[in-house]
Amino acid sequence: MLRTDDLLRIFHAHRGDAIVVPGRGGRHWGKISTRPSRDLPMGDPAMGGHAGFALGIALALPQNKVVLFDSEGDLLMSLGILPTVAELAPANFYHFMLDNECYATTGGQPVPNAKNVAYDVVARGCGYPRAFAFDDLHEFEAKLPDILGEPGPVLVALKVVPEVENVPIGQRKRWQTRTRDKVLADFREEFGLEGGTRR
Amino acid sequence: MQKTAEDQLSPEVVLAEMTKNGVTHVVWLPDSETNFLYQLMQAEPSLRLVPVSREGLAFSIAAGLSAGGQRPIILIQNTGLMESGDSLRGWAIGLNVPVVMMIGYRGWTRHGVNTDTAATYTERFLHAFGISYYLCESSADAPRISIAFEEAARTRRPVAVLMADEYHGFNR
Repeated sequence: MLRTDDLLRIFHAHRGDAIVVPGRGGRHWGKISTRPSRDLPMGDPAMGGHAGFALGIALALPQNKVVLFDSEGDLLMSLGILPTVAELAPANFYHFMLDNECYATTGGQPVPNAKNVAYDVVARGCGYPRAFAFDDLHEFEAKLPDILGEPGPVLVALKVVPEVENVPIGQRKRWQTRTRDKVLADFREEFGLEGGTRR
Repeated sequence: MQKTAEDQLSPEVVLAEMTKNGVTHVVWLPDSETNFLYQLMQAEPSLRLVPVSREGLAFSIAAGLSAGGQRPIILIQNTGLMESGDSLRGWAIGLNVPVVMMIGYRGWTRHGVNTDTAATYTERFLHAFGISYYLCESSADAPRISIAFEEAARTRRPVAVLMADEYHGFNR
């Protein structure tokens, strides 16, 4: 299994100017990223929506690479996003997925059939032209430049170490350093968008 | 009661409202009330169709499109809207997305007694989420679509248009 902070550091070296939707990797990515105005750490507006949000960004800004760090819990809740991505086939969409086999933020209960779902196979079956699965950090590191060097869409399933939270939600320390409004305002400024439309 | 052509909602008129208001993407799941729009939307070069397989997906996609400077519209049925409550809450209302939702009003009838619970709960659902909405029954109501776009932009909230072209299913 990979540690999420390790794999994000490896990705950071190859990020370039990609837009990053860090999803549930946001708590680590915020400490690693050096280009926060191109990051969209949305927290968890509603479970299952990170891939749709990142797809929308990819369709809206096709000249920019969009890298998503989805989770298996989110994806299971909205598997129907896969054929939508595959049909629209955005070449700038890179769909990484952190699979810790559990609902870590609710105490670590297993997701359905946690150890036996082959998400790369599911993605290919839905029409993704490329899909990979890694459970070894060095193999991931070796293959990453090729993955990012080829057009998307691509799904990369990553087995990661669970970071289970058992502290009551109201007592957890927030990892976000910016509000969602500020995140979106910074992003619009970075891309010359004003009030949701191109300047 | 038989409706005349003038009483109906013309797909050309609805499409014209979309293009007039600068819609770039139609995030949609086919339904019987708005099926008549499909071929026209496909043929319109300024629109990109984004098909979803469950309505809740439409809200996060629309949020991403909007954050990226595009102007999406969501085209779904009232049944799917009701299943999408958390996505509507978190991705559309929560992110202040100024999106118009064109909602097929399954079960709507102006005459007699409504027998479809999809219609029974539609407006109650919108009230619960504090979503403003406009009823669009015929082409004469089409300017309300522009009013919905204006309100969504001004309030930075989702606004609904209930497509209540009295339930005709696929038989147009």
